[in-house]
Amino acid sequence: MKPPTDRGSLVLGAYVYAVLAFIIVPLVIVIPMSFSQNDYLAFPPTGFTLKWYAEYFDSRQWRAATWLSVQVAFLTAICASLIGTAATYAMVRGRSRLVTMFQILLIGPIIVPHIALAVGLYLFFQTIGLSGTVAGFVLAHTVLTLPFVVFTMAAALGKVDANLEAAAMSCGATRFQAFRFVTLPLVLPSLASGALFAFIISFDEPVVSFFLSGIRQKTLPRRMFEDIEQNLTPVIPAIATLLIVLSIAILLGGHALRSRSKTQSSAG
Amino acid sequence: MTKAVRSRFWHSDGRRLSGLSTLLLLLPFFAVIAFVFIYPIAQLLVISFIEPHPTLDNYARVIDNPVHARVLMRTLWTAALVTALSVVLGFPVAYYMSRARGALAAFVAVCVILPLWSSVLVRTAAWSFLFQRNGLINSALMALGLTSEPFKLLYTQSAVVIAMTHVLLPFMILPIYGALRSIPNDYARAAAVLGASRLRTFLEVILPLSLPGVVSGSLLVFLTALGFFITPALLGSPQEMMISTLVSKQIREVLDWPFAAALVGVLTAFVTLLAIVFSKTLRFDRLMGGAS
Repeated sequence: MKPPTDRGSLVLGAYVYAVLAFIIVPLVIVIPMSFSQNDYLAFPPTGFTLKWYAEYFDSRQWRAATWLSVQVAFLTAICASLIGTAATYAMVRGRSRLVTMFQILLIGPIIVPHIALAVGLYLFFQTIGLSGTVAGFVLAHTVLTLPFVVFTMAAALGKVDANLEAAAMSCGATRFQAFRFVTLPLVLPSLASGALFAFIISFDEPVVSFFLSGIRQKTLPRRMFEDIEQNLTPVIPAIATLLIVLSIAILLGGHALRSRSKTQSSAG
Repeated sequence: MTKAVRSRFWHSDGRRLSGLSTLLLLLPFFAVIAFVFIYPIAQLLVISFIEPHPTLDNYARVIDNPVHARVLMRTLWTAALVTALSVVLGFPVAYYMSRARGALAAFVAVCVILPLWSSVLVRTAAWSFLFQRNGLINSALMALGLTSEPFKLLYTQSAVVIAMTHVLLPFMILPIYGALRSIPNDYARAAAVLGASRLRTFLEVILPLSLPGVVSGSLLVFLTALGFFITPALLGSPQEMMISTLVSKQIREVLDWPFAAALVGVLTAFVTLLAIVFSKTLRFDRLMGGAS
């Protein structure tokens, strides 16, 4: 390819950077706003203060919502990783016709609008007393995050040579031992990155949380929704900034894990 | 453990799991999906047909009532508009991304992927700051002397379309990028050697080969946009509801479950039908692949 120096390339470059600005600026803009002294959210922000962060950390309500979301996201990550890894292993090594059904069902939670699942679960969980409970949130979020764990694990397990397990088993290892001591160490970074993404998806999940939250038990996204809907206080930019930092941390963590898994599988 | 041992006896090559092991490993997945996904939605669909008595009235109300019919049309139109905008904004970015190398490629990729992993609420909140009477957009317009009065931007359908495009754009860019990356470089070189201009190479070689990505991204954006809830609920006007905000209103304010269930039924059936028709084109794994 010729180096892009002609006018067409310049126009393309300018257009692309304008679109990238459209993508990034709204996210970046909340950061200076979170340090603004203004009580109303005017632009440009003035002065510098940490009082909105203090307000977030001092508020019992915000703390309770955050703690609930952390618990739910943590348990969701564990459940989705266990169930997702078992199912993916069956899919990669299995020979059953169930695998086709599995693949269809896997797409379900991505295709079906979250509002449909949210409303269905709202009704169902109320009748069985799971509405507004940690277990209820975890079950719902496990369904929503499973596809992402499975995609990550399918890519990782697909790269592990089945002969490695066969060799371990011919040396006397059981299938479980072969998985535990041969395959699992090879896919561990991918498993961790899948769990990490399940955590952040659950932590940020707004729609199902919106309907399943009770009066007392509100997840962080539900509390944020109410705040934005009713009065849009300057605490929101502070929380948004913290959440963006969390996303960046998780993205970097996932990236580090994936590059580790690449070097490992090429070494193995 | 015994299960694992037994499966070894059944298949001495050790590469394939037995049917029983496969079933046991898949069981938790099937249980969760059946209990927390299929059952609740099936229950809603049943309600939409049998309450208050076996009837199709709930569905008739979706179409007969002009207000509801307009909500359906607005939802379809908004989703189509968001999809079209995403193609127009996203294709050049995907193309640029597929050509870029090194640090530049990494920078563009981060710009596209970071929003994907940040909360929809954060992005929607950001737009509600930007759209306020004294927000950045109005301040900028007034500073530039383009307007003396602040525009009403918040709680309009335009706000919903812009913010939804912002949220869904990565879902368009990544599949197109995936399709563009899978085109061998030789093709463009061959076209150039044979005398095609760069424009002609693009129009006759690159563009047709990238179409599967465009179709896949468009479906993904369109299907997601149809059921979008958070953004229309926070940025839209109560007079211009979309189907998801109407569902929410029916449940939280009107408490009309059968009608809400019918709305969910229409939405779910439509989305599922489209997904089945285009099941060959939808490549969800590309999203994760693109994120790596």
